[in-house]
Amino acid sequence: MIRVVLPHHLRALAGVDGEVSLDAAEPLTQRTVLDALEEKYPVLRGTIRDHGTAKRRDFIRFFACGRDITLEPADDPLPDEVASGAEVFRVVAAMAGG
Amino acid sequence: MSKVRLLVGTKKGAFVMTSDGTRDDWDVQGPLFTGWEIYHLKGSPADPDRVYASQSTGWHGQVMQRSDDGGKSWEAVGNEFAYDGVPGTHQWYDGTQHPWEFARVWHLEPSLSDPDTVYAGVEDAALFRSTDGGQSWQELSGLRKHPSGEHWQPGAGGLCLHTILINPDDPNRIVIAISAAGTFRTDDGGEKWRPINKGLRSPELPDEEREVGHCVHHIAMNPSRPDTLFMQKHWHVMRSDDGGDSWQKVSGNLPSDFGFPIEINANEPDTIYVVPIESDSEHVPPEGKLRVYRSRTGGNEWEALTKGLPQEHCYVNVLLDAMTVDSLDPGGVYFGTSGGQVYASPDGGDNWTAIVHDLPPVLSVEAQTLP
Repeated sequence: MIRVVLPHHLRALAGVDGEVSLDAAEPLTQRTVLDALEEKYPVLRGTIRDHGTAKRRDFIRFFACGRDITLEPADDPLPDEVASGAEVFRVVAAMAGG
Repeated sequence: MSKVRLLVGTKKGAFVMTSDGTRDDWDVQGPLFTGWEIYHLKGSPADPDRVYASQSTGWHGQVMQRSDDGGKSWEAVGNEFAYDGVPGTHQWYDGTQHPWEFARVWHLEPSLSDPDTVYAGVEDAALFRSTDGGQSWQELSGLRKHPSGEHWQPGAGGLCLHTILINPDDPNRIVIAISAAGTFRTDDGGEKWRPINKGLRSPELPDEEREVGHCVHHIAMNPSRPDTLFMQKHWHVMRSDDGGDSWQKVSGNLPSDFGFPIEINANEPDTIYVVPIESDSEHVPPEGKLRVYRSRTGGNEWEALTKGLPQEHCYVNVLLDAMTVDSLDPGGVYFGTSGGQVYASPDGGDNWTAIVHDLPPVLSVEAQTLP
């Protein structure tokens, strides 16, 4: 079971408080985590990555184990600590004003 | 007694305001979707409790919402707006070609007869339709694939399709407007489209009377006379009496004929309202006075409506979808400002009061007249 932390607007949209727990397919990657997230919460489709192309939206970042892993390939394995549930996979809305 | 419900979209959420037929006291609910830009909400004429809303942010893109109880509760519906086929390119600000990219839904127009059918005007300019209550969206691509499409160029607010008018006598006849491409009409339900910009002149263009490229800001139609259209263009207030085939300038004695919204009194099809703005460079009311101008003669002769509106130190703007009318008698007129005020006039514009003063900047206002 992996743990995902969503930004404020996506928690509201998905109707969840706090962390989200997911079962994701092996190997655990950005892509499989997001696939599992969108499968469990269809309302999040299109809000983190685009429909069709699965391209990450510009103002979304991914953090894990205190690192920004946003620009790492979507099919690279995530750290073991995320896979074990010891650390969270964090979806971050980038700082932007207005 | 009849009621009025206002659906107000702002930069930071939506608000629903209701009043009885006197339109004196208003109940204000909201914000809904706090922190999101709500470009537009609109109710179905066939089922007024069915309301659609366009919700977006720069972080998370587009979300579509639907209510079946007049805005009390909401359900997220489909948000996939995929252009038909290979999207191709349109003209960018610098004259180069730019890929067509979906940004957001600017305007929602529910069918006149079917609550599950709704049109969406989007940026980059295209028209989509849902026939399943917003769960899925299909592009009516004959519009974007018009031979002029590759020459369409965005206005300062983007290449947005912001006006959709369905002819009540013939719902297959639909007029749309795009900033800054101009006005187009279909007579076959959306398969084929043609530009209807004859008579428009835009001195900002090298060829003032070109077929496309005009920055139309809004068009209004009174259902009792659907072939008469009134347009607020970037500059110039225009009128057509032939469904848009030709246009005549009716700016008359307006202090400025630059502006964004235009509306028609529901009971008096020759009574129209605009909010003159100083110029396309300044985007503030002339002389710091917020004045709605009314013509009772279908244009050319205009009077300033000021009672209850600030007449000094006022520098707000009123955006293109931020004015509306109800269909009570006497007809009510409403508008929202970039300063967060929503003004109401229950008597056709003679007297105005602010329902609210301090909302986020108002993007759109729609009125529903309820039994």
